[in-house]
Amino acid sequence: MSLPEPAADAARLLGRRARIRPAEWLFWALAFAALFLLPERHLILNSIAVQALFALSYDLVLGFAGIVSLGHAAFFGVGAYAAGLMTKFVTGDPLLGLAAAGLAGGVVGFASSFLLLRGSDLTRLMVSLGVALILAEIANKAAWLTGGTDGFSGMAVGPVLGRYAFDIFGHVAFAYSLCVLFVLFVLARIVVHSPFGLSVTALHHNPLRARAVGVPVNRRLVAMYTFAAIYAGIAGGLLAQTTQFVSLDVLDFNRSADVLLMLVIGGTGYLYGGMIGAALFVLAQDQLASLTPQYWHFWIGLALVVLTLVGRERFAKRLGAFARLLPGAR
Amino acid sequence: MLTILFDGVAYGMVLFVLACGLSVTLGLMNFVNLAHGVFAMVGGYVTVLLMNDYGVPFLATLPLAFIVAAALGAVLERTLYVHLYDRSPLDQVLFTIGLVFMAVAAADYVIGSQQQLIYLPPMLSGRLHLGALDIGVYRLFLIVVCAVLVAILHYIVTRTRFGSRLRAAVDDPRVARGLGINVNAIFALTFAMGSGLAGLGGALGADILGIDPTFPLKYMIYFLIVVTVGGTSGMMGPFVAAILLGVADVAGKYYVPELGAFMIYGVMIAVLILRPQGLFARGNA
Amino acid sequence: MAAVLETIGLTRHFGGLVATNAVSFRLEQGARHALIGPNGAGKTTFINLLTGVLSPSEGKILLEGADVTTLQPDARVRRGLARTFQINQLFAGLTPLETIGLAVSERLGGGADWWRRFGARPALVTEAIGIAERFRLTDVLDRKTAELPYGKQRLLEIAVAFACRPRVLLLDEPAAGVPEAERHDLLATVAALPRDVSVLLIEHDMDLVFSFAERISVLVQGALFREGTAAEVAADPAVRAVYLGEGDDA
Repeated sequence: MSLPEPAADAARLLGRRARIRPAEWLFWALAFAALFLLPERHLILNSIAVQALFALSYDLVLGFAGIVSLGHAAFFGVGAYAAGLMTKFVTGDPLLGLAAAGLAGGVVGFASSFLLLRGSDLTRLMVSLGVALILAEIANKAAWLTGGTDGFSGMAVGPVLGRYAFDIFGHVAFAYSLCVLFVLFVLARIVVHSPFGLSVTALHHNPLRARAVGVPVNRRLVAMYTFAAIYAGIAGGLLAQTTQFVSLDVLDFNRSADVLLMLVIGGTGYLYGGMIGAALFVLAQDQLASLTPQYWHFWIGLALVVLTLVGRERFAKRLGAFARLLPGAR
Repeated sequence: MLTILFDGVAYGMVLFVLACGLSVTLGLMNFVNLAHGVFAMVGGYVTVLLMNDYGVPFLATLPLAFIVAAALGAVLERTLYVHLYDRSPLDQVLFTIGLVFMAVAAADYVIGSQQQLIYLPPMLSGRLHLGALDIGVYRLFLIVVCAVLVAILHYIVTRTRFGSRLRAAVDDPRVARGLGINVNAIFALTFAMGSGLAGLGGALGADILGIDPTFPLKYMIYFLIVVTVGGTSGMMGPFVAAILLGVADVAGKYYVPELGAFMIYGVMIAVLILRPQGLFARGNA
Repeated sequence: MAAVLETIGLTRHFGGLVATNAVSFRLEQGARHALIGPNGAGKTTFINLLTGVLSPSEGKILLEGADVTTLQPDARVRRGLARTFQINQLFAGLTPLETIGLAVSERLGGGADWWRRFGARPALVTEAIGIAERFRLTDVLDRKTAELPYGKQRLLEIAVAFACRPRVLLLDEPAAGVPEAERHDLLATVAALPRDVSVLLIEHDMDLVFSFAERISVLVQGALFREGTAAEVAADPAVRAVYLGEGDDA
């Protein structure tokens, strides 16, 4: 590589991961086009946007930091309740509600991240599961605050930016959720391509070497986990605001398992996997649940079993004709 | 007070029978099997359905619960699980969660979502009064049966040729193969036995735990606690853990119901944080 | 001369076994020092104690006079103690440029920088390129590390450690597994390391040890057995006896 300007060239090479691919423009163009072209599907599209944000958050944990968690719903649920309480008792402004949701998710994520620093995948898995179960139990017992099994209702969510009031068709809801998703996605994209983001990716792939170049592994994991928890909290907040209801299932084990499946369907570690997985998941849920409403989890289970037996990587590669056009963080 | 202790011990005994198979697959073989409760549920349903629909006596259903669950375990191990022994914990988690979801939905579809009740035979219901002690006959029966099972298991694992082969196969499958041990057969048999015991546990516990389609999810965490807190060195660790868990859970629900399940989850997390290597000492660290 | 790295009575037990036995060792400023010893002499344990992978049962470790005994491995690196690994420990999915860049970025405190694009700082890029040139990696800058020839990976292994701009560089068998033809390149690179980096070389290959080291310490059964100039150690009959007694793979 005999180049006149080796430094400029190197800077270009280092920045290459972060370059925006054509498929990314397409992805977002399609997402925003849905806003105008599919008005009658806005309710389900909103649900996709919320799940996509949740799955994006989980990708930061699993795909980038390499932490196998079975309790990601903890932050989603906490965020949902935080947004609900904020709306009911403080202010109906949606953005302030989201801030509260993110803050709540972040605080719980920060506190519990220290429990995940030690031990094997198995230990992390069980500790994260335990944390989510404890929170679910708290929400259940604190019925005076959360409504318990009856759910939390009576939220009067104000108009977005003081102008756009939520409607029953989900038009404003979807626009709102999509914008939040987009902004947070852009932020996440910046973060994973930053020196911080690269150090987290690196420590996931080889913690021993990461330590040996001076990466403070624990601090980075805490930071990334907390960052992801904020996202999950905001996703929960979006759900609460756009449905104006919070039920105990926001903290359910099934929710943690579902987000794991969404991410696995779409593939980990390139940010789009969770969002694509969420879209497929919600659409499949919609179709299958209308056929066999009660037994829809059977099909999820079947998907998981087949997916793992066939091999996730191979599956993700099939899907990856599209994925390869997107920035690879691996 | 003593009655609570007694109930707790009985409950713990059942938990142990339910979870001991998992302490081998998860604790020794390092396979994250979140679907262990499925086998317990199957055993429970075998007993419930045989009794209620076919009038088979309770005691006669117990061996059948064991056999059906063990057979299911053997089939699944040979056809599906065997492909996942070398995979990452994440794959194992995904796969076994998938099985749980399928089992829960299938049970709901085939049998219905209601909780199944069983009517214990008269000789096992009723209560005994021994001085201050007021004990249910069925609890006493559970303790006796489970204690016998524990003794047999302990004997098999520590004293028999099968036990030593199992330990060798788990320690280092390659070396064990080199020594002429049929590792695949040992794993399959162990898995089937563990599933069978879970089935038996489900049958025995049908009265006190309740059998419904969500059983595998509801009790998953209990099994995991028994295994993690109990550690992996032999059968005694999980046994002690199961008894403690049983007593703590019963006592907790009786004395401080508002605390609910916090205590046991909290204890689990504490143990995992304080002794992660000690509890999962075999590899994987 | 001042010791840049010093251990005082460093001891580590594993159960009843003493893997490192009261080792008091000094690495002088600017040293070219080799640590040798027969298999099982406890070289690996000693390195792990120095780098903080293991904590000692007794004793102290001083880096430039400061006690680092209780510091985490990554904190020691930031204090100037870098190492290479006997078996390559690289980031398979990253390129050499990214790997070196990461080490430079961490040293420059860029690890907490989450808003700028990696490679946006000119200082980082210039330095990474300089290091890549020093270690003759410019022709593979943009290949995936996993696809590099083994010799290049070995060079990268040293380059990454060097990118931490260490005061002390621990080279753990840098030539292990390198084919004969590429060995000279590697040796030349190691020999050309600047003198403000003190080097402790752990090596089996006696040619490399004697061509590189000015001082040699011999570790036997976890304890320091001999220490002296290369010539002294080479001539020492007791050292010869230890090695001959252990067979040829010393």
